Amino acid sequence: MRNIFSNVITEVAGRPDFVFLTGDLGFMSLEPVRTAAGPRFFNAGVAEQNMVSVAAGMARAGLRPWVYSIAPFLYARAFEQIRNDICLHNLPVVLVGNGGGYAYGVMGATHHALEDYGTLAALPNLVAYVPAFAGDVAAAIARIQASSGPAYLRLGRDEEPKGLVLPPYAPWRRIMSGGGPVMLVVGPLAGSIAGALLDWPEKSRPALWVLSELPISRGSPASLPEAFLVDLRRSGHLYVVEEHIAHGGVGEMLAYALVARGEAPSCFTHRCAMGYPSGQYGSQKFHRQECGLDHESIVADLRARSS
Amino acid sequence: MSRNQSSEEIIRQARLRLLRMHYESKVGHIGGSLSCLDMLIMLHHMVLSEQDLFILSKGHAAGALYVTLWSRGLLSDADLKSFHQDRTRLAGHPPVDGIPGCLFATGSLGHGLGLASGLALAKRLKGEAGRVFCLMSDGEWNEGSSWESLCFAAHHKLDALTILIDLNGLQGFGTTAEVADLAPLANKFRTYDVEVREIDGHDPEAIEQALAQRARCPLVIVARTTKGRGVSFMENRMEWHYLPLTTDQYAQAVAEVSRL
Repeated sequence: MRNIFSNVITEVAGRPDFVFLTGDLGFMSLEPVRTAAGPRFFNAGVAEQNMVSVAAGMARAGLRPWVYSIAPFLYARAFEQIRNDICLHNLPVVLVGNGGGYAYGVMGATHHALEDYGTLAALPNLVAYVPAFAGDVAAAIARIQASSGPAYLRLGRDEEPKGLVLPPYAPWRRIMSGGGPVMLVVGPLAGSIAGALLDWPEKSRPALWVLSELPISRGSPASLPEAFLVDLRRSGHLYVVEEHIAHGGVGEMLAYALVARGEAPSCFTHRCAMGYPSGQYGSQKFHRQECGLDHESIVADLRARSS
Repeated sequence: MSRNQSSEEIIRQARLRLLRMHYESKVGHIGGSLSCLDMLIMLHHMVLSEQDLFILSKGHAAGALYVTLWSRGLLSDADLKSFHQDRTRLAGHPPVDGIPGCLFATGSLGHGLGLASGLALAKRLKGEAGRVFCLMSDGEWNEGSSWESLCFAAHHKLDALTILIDLNGLQGFGTTAEVADLAPLANKFRTYDVEVREIDGHDPEAIEQALAQRARCPLVIVARTTKGRGVSFMENRMEWHYLPLTTDQYAQAVAEVSRL
């Protein structure tokens, strides 16, 4: 998604209020942005706290800064700058975190983003965007451009399978109908899961939903889409899948929202990141497998439940 | 401030008003406000134009900022009376909005210089005139983010930026020499591409002179000051970072400041 992001951003770099800051990252990816933005492209160096404060100052002066780094170097390192300088003041700074979940794989735990959107969605005014498919990136960027507050864009690796017909981008989307559990997926893992379910009979496969914007609501459980609730009332089984820890994740957010509505499902399954159970490191696939978060494990679980 | 009134007199009146505000509200954080009040008054009365911007990075000196704005007629006596009270705009540290000319809520140290650098860079990108002033404490240079921002400002030659440093030598739980000694701090800045001017932070003429001309790069004014300036029992005493005034102490402080 990073290169797609770079291409889309290059197209908006001509806006007079556009500014781009990177924390010394973007080799083999952000060069087109640098060329397109010219004097409005800044390598702020390995100094993320300053980079975020500078972006807040620029936004206060009427510019629209985009701030890029490997995800945890932004949301974890500069958390107080994001909280105080950007979110408290509701400034239109876009934080772009590359490497959602375990996407950096064997690069190790320091590079993984397992608590990013849960942490950031706790802050005032901020909306976190989690594209699931490559084609979502441009749509998410368009929605960010149209908004006037802080945003976080979590980039991962596209896993869209061949043969899947996707509806247009929306914060909530049902990408596959089904008579089984209601499965809500956050991020690119939705593609691999959808691919594994393509040849399942509609009657037994899950109704597959993708959620791409967080938080779900700010204290208003009524904002859950009716079609999702209809699916859930029929099924009674909510199955949430996310490459994020349970604490502060979509599973928790959604459970809270449903309990507040008095519509808690009778069955709740949550597959999420669990850190490093074995203490060993590997690819993104390896870490997903360790957490039962890979699509093979999830499909095997669905098969066992349906038999 | 009108030129009919001397700078010294304006500062004295602001000092007295600051003491009264803290006494009436029964709150501390007086010492670090008294050390930077002369600079705030001179900056706001003599230097700041409509095109200029100001960031109070040492947010714990909010009282000094509020009194400075009061002395310019931008805050009222009623406003100051609400300091630290429920439903006030005048919180213990500058709030998100509602205070004239106050662009950012501050209070956690090490944020202001990055914010000011962003404002200065935006001025350059937008082709706007004006300067950006940032008042920092000396303890604030314990923060790594302050040094990150100094590197950034120097590298980008942000000539619209002026950094004022209130070098009062005392921080939260010790002297700057005891905690993380950077003395002489001005020499540390001289190793960067910035212009450094050292002054007596309680000399109105020196302050005005140092602020008058911008440099071709970021300007750093290192101002030697006294925490608790003007009140004998407060001067250079760490506890006056925190303590409120008793009635007797207030009377003595007023008498001493009136004689300054």
